[in-house]
Amino acid sequence: MTMTDTQDAPARRPTKNKPSVLFDAPGPRARLRNNILTLVAAVVLLVVAYLLIARLSQQHQFEGKLWEPFTRKIVWTRQILPGLGGTLKAAGVAAVFALLMGVIFGLGRLSEHKWISVPSGAVVEFFRAIPLLIMIFFAQAGPPAIMDSFGRVLPPVSGFLALVIGLTLYNGSVLAEIFRSGINSIPKGQSEAGYSIGMRRSGVMLRILVPQAITAMMPAVISQLVVLLKDTALGYIIAYPDLLSAGLRVIPGNFGNIIPSAIVIAVIYIIINILLGLVATWLEKRSRRSRKSSARTLTGGTGLPPAVGMGSAAPTI
Amino acid sequence: MNFHALLDFGPLQQEFGTIMKAFWGTIRLALVTGVGSMIFGTVLAAMRVSPTPVLRAAGALYVYIFRNTPLTLILLFCSLGLSDTLHLQISDEPGTNGFWLAAIGMTIYTASFVCESLRAGINTVPIGQAEAARSIGLTFSQSLRLVVLPQAFRAVVAPLGSVYIAMIKNTTIALAAGYFEASAQMKQMFDTYGGTIPIFVGFAVGFMVLTLPTGFFFGWLSKRLAVAR
Repeated sequence: MTMTDTQDAPARRPTKNKPSVLFDAPGPRARLRNNILTLVAAVVLLVVAYLLIARLSQQHQFEGKLWEPFTRKIVWTRQILPGLGGTLKAAGVAAVFALLMGVIFGLGRLSEHKWISVPSGAVVEFFRAIPLLIMIFFAQAGPPAIMDSFGRVLPPVSGFLALVIGLTLYNGSVLAEIFRSGINSIPKGQSEAGYSIGMRRSGVMLRILVPQAITAMMPAVISQLVVLLKDTALGYIIAYPDLLSAGLRVIPGNFGNIIPSAIVIAVIYIIINILLGLVATWLEKRSRRSRKSSARTLTGGTGLPPAVGMGSAAPTI
Repeated sequence: MNFHALLDFGPLQQEFGTIMKAFWGTIRLALVTGVGSMIFGTVLAAMRVSPTPVLRAAGALYVYIFRNTPLTLILLFCSLGLSDTLHLQISDEPGTNGFWLAAIGMTIYTASFVCESLRAGINTVPIGQAEAARSIGLTFSQSLRLVVLPQAFRAVVAPLGSVYIAMIKNTTIALAAGYFEASAQMKQMFDTYGGTIPIFVGFAVGFMVLTLPTGFFFGWLSKRLAVAR
């Protein structure tokens, strides 16, 4: 769901004296009004910030002993970093399998053979329409129950495996749609040119469409990987030891500092996601400049495939 | 060998009433979050496009923070932090309290996505439209009302639909905040009857009944309203 901030092309941004869609370049009166508005807004925001901080300090949330654990090396080496490792491991493994699934089902859905494209489409739409969490629950509880009815005993599925399976199925089907729209975004003339010089369908796909589509869809793929990373936090619910479990279960369990701990953990997530987002934006700028691909670059916003029923109505945002 | 259990839809029939109640919990949360995040998201979007740098910065900061934080963390913060530590009580009744805490967390998170969709919609309106409106002498409110917003709202329908579909699916995470909805009910049935395929399929279909029509509705609406440009 994450959309990268690619819309603020400098010209669009309502900077001080430039006109925007909504506001004309301000004259003297408008400037005065804007300055007054700025002042009022600043006061209101400061009051809101004060109320928040007052509430927190009234509940003794700024006491040193609640924040002190985060200055200790052992809290980082024993809890936060292993937690972060767990998050990155699950995200990394799931990302690899999701990309694989995305390629297979994305290409499958583009197939000319109905017996391949229809089932591929059904799988993709099914997994995109249901919540990730119930897939994770089923990945954990399903296999033992199913094997049980065959009279076999299966050890319970580990949290890691359940999380990876769920993340793979969900993000894999979203990626499949990204791949499909990436291939579809290439002008028809490209494949026609390929056919006209006698290439086969597979050759056109592999040598003409896929290389160009990869450039175009990279930003959208990275955006989806940010979503995947954020979704690993669901591991908390099935007791997988990830960053969120470390920050909201283990550390507060030891020090009773749930609010400071939640804030620190949130900051870590935000930094990682913003870094990944920057990679996406950079890739997008690069592929926009590049003349190697004839496809329109899919941004995080446009690249996200529309949900079922939305058809091709995705607007050019 | 017990193949019977593989296709045993009995548990779904036995607990039909409870399941419906659980899905009602999902729908209730989704409705309140939908309305709340629409209002809050609109305010945020207005802040982000305002001519006031302070408001723009505050709006951007909000979006950056909450869009990049996992929803699970926000919901846990609502239940463990706001409720248990800061003693924020919305209602004396624990069930109602849990509902509103989950709704607050969901709204805080979803509003940042609604804001971004709306802002992107405003940005789709070519600047020439606004310039044309000004040049024929329309006032600020007239050009906003008659020219810019009607076009922006149309461009926003499809992305907003995607945001809302994701939001409906995200209501499942409210079980982390202790709110009882459909996924909590499924977990409970998995614990009682084992993780059988029929139970999973039953709940998956339940969610598809909620998400697919939402998608078709927004898709239909956005095609109907599409601006020919």
